[in-house]
Amino acid sequence: MIKDNASEVLKVQGLTATVDNREILCGIDLSVRAGEVHAIMGPNGSGKSTFAKVLVGHPAYEVTGGMVRFDDADLLELSPEDRARRGVFLGFQYPVEVPGVTNGGFLRLAYNTVQSARGKEELDPLEFDDFIREKMELLEMDPGFLERSLNAGFSGGEKKRNEILQMALLEPRLSILDETDSGLDIDALRIVANGVNQLHTSEDAIVLVTHYQRLLNYIEPDYVHVMENGRIIKTGDKGLALQLEDRGYDWVAQEYRERAA
Amino acid sequence: MSTVESNPVESDFLASLLAPAAQTAEGHDLWLKARRASALERASALSVPTTRDEDWRFTDLSMLYRLKLKAADAGGQVDSAILTTLMFPEATTRLVFVDGHFDRSASSIAQEEKVRVGNLEQALRDSAWRSTLGEVESRLATVARVEHDVFAAANTAFLREAAIVHVAAGAQLGDTPIQVINVATGHATGSNPRVLVVAGQGSGCTVIEDYVAVGGSAYFTNSVCEIAIGPDAEVHHIKLQREADTAFHIANTTVLMQDNSRYRNWSVGVGGRISRHNLHVVQDGTGIDCDMHGLAMISGRQLADTHSSVDHALPYGASRQVHKTIAGGSAHAVFNGKILVREGAQQTNSSQQSRNLLLSQRAKVDTKPQLEIFADDVKCAHGATVGQIAADEVFYLKSRGLSETAARNLLTYAFAKEVVEHIPVASVIAVLENHILEQTRTKEA
Ligand SMILES: Nc1ncnc2c1ncn2[C@@H]1O[C@H](COP(=O)(O)OP(=O)(O)OP(=O)(O)O)[C@@H](O)[C@H]1O
Ligand SMILES: [Mg+2]
Repeated sequence: MIKDNASEVLKVQGLTATVDNREILCGIDLSVRAGEVHAIMGPNGSGKSTFAKVLVGHPAYEVTGGMVRFDDADLLELSPEDRARRGVFLGFQYPVEVPGVTNGGFLRLAYNTVQSARGKEELDPLEFDDFIREKMELLEMDPGFLERSLNAGFSGGEKKRNEILQMALLEPRLSILDETDSGLDIDALRIVANGVNQLHTSEDAIVLVTHYQRLLNYIEPDYVHVMENGRIIKTGDKGLALQLEDRGYDWVAQEYRERAA
Repeated sequence: MSTVESNPVESDFLASLLAPAAQTAEGHDLWLKARRASALERASALSVPTTRDEDWRFTDLSMLYRLKLKAADAGGQVDSAILTTLMFPEATTRLVFVDGHFDRSASSIAQEEKVRVGNLEQALRDSAWRSTLGEVESRLATVARVEHDVFAAANTAFLREAAIVHVAAGAQLGDTPIQVINVATGHATGSNPRVLVVAGQGSGCTVIEDYVAVGGSAYFTNSVCEIAIGPDAEVHHIKLQREADTAFHIANTTVLMQDNSRYRNWSVGVGGRISRHNLHVVQDGTGIDCDMHGLAMISGRQLADTHSSVDHALPYGASRQVHKTIAGGSAHAVFNGKILVREGAQQTNSSQQSRNLLLSQRAKVDTKPQLEIFADDVKCAHGATVGQIAADEVFYLKSRGLSETAARNLLTYAFAKEVVEHIPVASVIAVLENHILEQTRTKEA
């Protein structure tokens, strides 16, 4: 929800980034305030995932210009783990499989690490077990996933659900969910979307990267942005997503070029 | 090992290694005396290995050969509180040796009719042991390759104190392990620990052979472990090498297996400046099954060398082996895994995997399978990999708040887990898990 006096969680100005000297992000501006839900849409290869990964400090990308403020911190100065501890969370488009690391053990370690960094109480294995099972119920996940290796051999949809489980645990201030909807079946999409809605409060903000209007029926965005060639070229309300569904991206790009000319 | 003239440093070392053997207390047992004498003779005739020997190509012992050896008549002092921390609570029966000498008061021996556990020196004089001494005599220093290995021969030249585990036919020890702890205090700089396990027909037992250090200076552990497994018997053997990083550890394990017996081995080495484990399994019967799980986790300037061999002599044998190494710093891991399938050993099914994780640019590994197959109807699979910690996995874990170190520790443990997780003693798993996580924490770089 949009509130006039809500604090600004994320401010991005003129952000540029390269990979192997190729510029992928070409000057991104974005402001996200507490309580808001933003959707970023745009064609394949336009830089959505790159933007998301730059925000969490992925080492593959070099930031070449611009600034990012997260609450009062210069986000780009922080290590990836500090960003996570302060409440930046990315639900990956392609979650990494980590064979040999037990999902349950990992979740507890991540939870306790973040809790202790925030000066909050850690949980012992028994307490954690109760706690995590509750979160899994919210996402209708089988507790059997705790015993398995982290993401290893998980189906596409199971991986996405496990990402949202991590979001539920880590209580982020800013959640960036990169194509969480792709790979989820119709029922799973509803369940996961409900979960996200329940986790969302006026104290945190959500940025959804998606290709499909369907997700936005469940999680209503306050703003919809269109990214192309590493820039946000149009911003509107949830109506824009419906328009895009209908008409595709070409007209947005054309409009942008005309404005620029 | 060559018998050509060796250089003075090497021959002086061998002489000083063997010198105290002449003073080994005589005792009344002629067979034991004879075995010591022939081993001494054999050791004197052999020479210590150098990197010119194919089997020792990567393992340069010249630092060991410059070590001034000092034997001790008795073990050094070990704080009992420290000893307690070294014991695995599941093991209610334990034999403690300090600097190679039996420590009776620290040991805990429950004498049972079907299971005899004790120190050789006392067993020879104990009437309760009388009925089992025949088998001890037939196995001791006959299972190990005393003839061909200078270190095994040297150890045998001192044979007087030794951990003896004798499990009578049909006796099942269930999940209760027996722990043999060999503690090095640094009081002596050379010791020759010895273990003999005799498992009677259809029996079952778990033995933890444990080498630990409570003192830090350079010393030499030269151990020999012999395991004789009778028909249909099953032995679980956990060898833990947690010596000081300054130690030299040379261990010879030989396992002699009879028809339809089963051997499961876990060998974990984390200590030692230079360590070498020779693990020989001889399948001297049909339908024998063995599996071996090895893990060497080293860093700094450590070298860990494992040479294993499985000798399939008769039909229907199976062996499975996974050997893993984790090397950080400028450590060097060596693995040579020989599988011998003799002409008569049809229907042998054997597999061997060597998996290696390098934690730094300077660390290195040399791994070599050595398959010698003389039977035509067999299945033998082997493979080796060398890898590093995956950067995308580290990043994924960091993106959830874990530090770089915690992420790498977790991934390192994940790599080791396959070897550690099925060890049948929970407290051993816990100790190793801690150790592995600590190790990468304190010795990163
Ligand atoms: N690590 C990388 N190495 C090389 N090229 C990269 C890398 N990461 C991204 N790119 C390139 O940057 C561009 C943007 O990729 P990105 O993944 O951000 O697109 P996207 O908008 O998320 O697309 P999609 O909708 O298909 O997920 C693409 O051309 C991609 O090939
Ligand atoms: Mg993407």
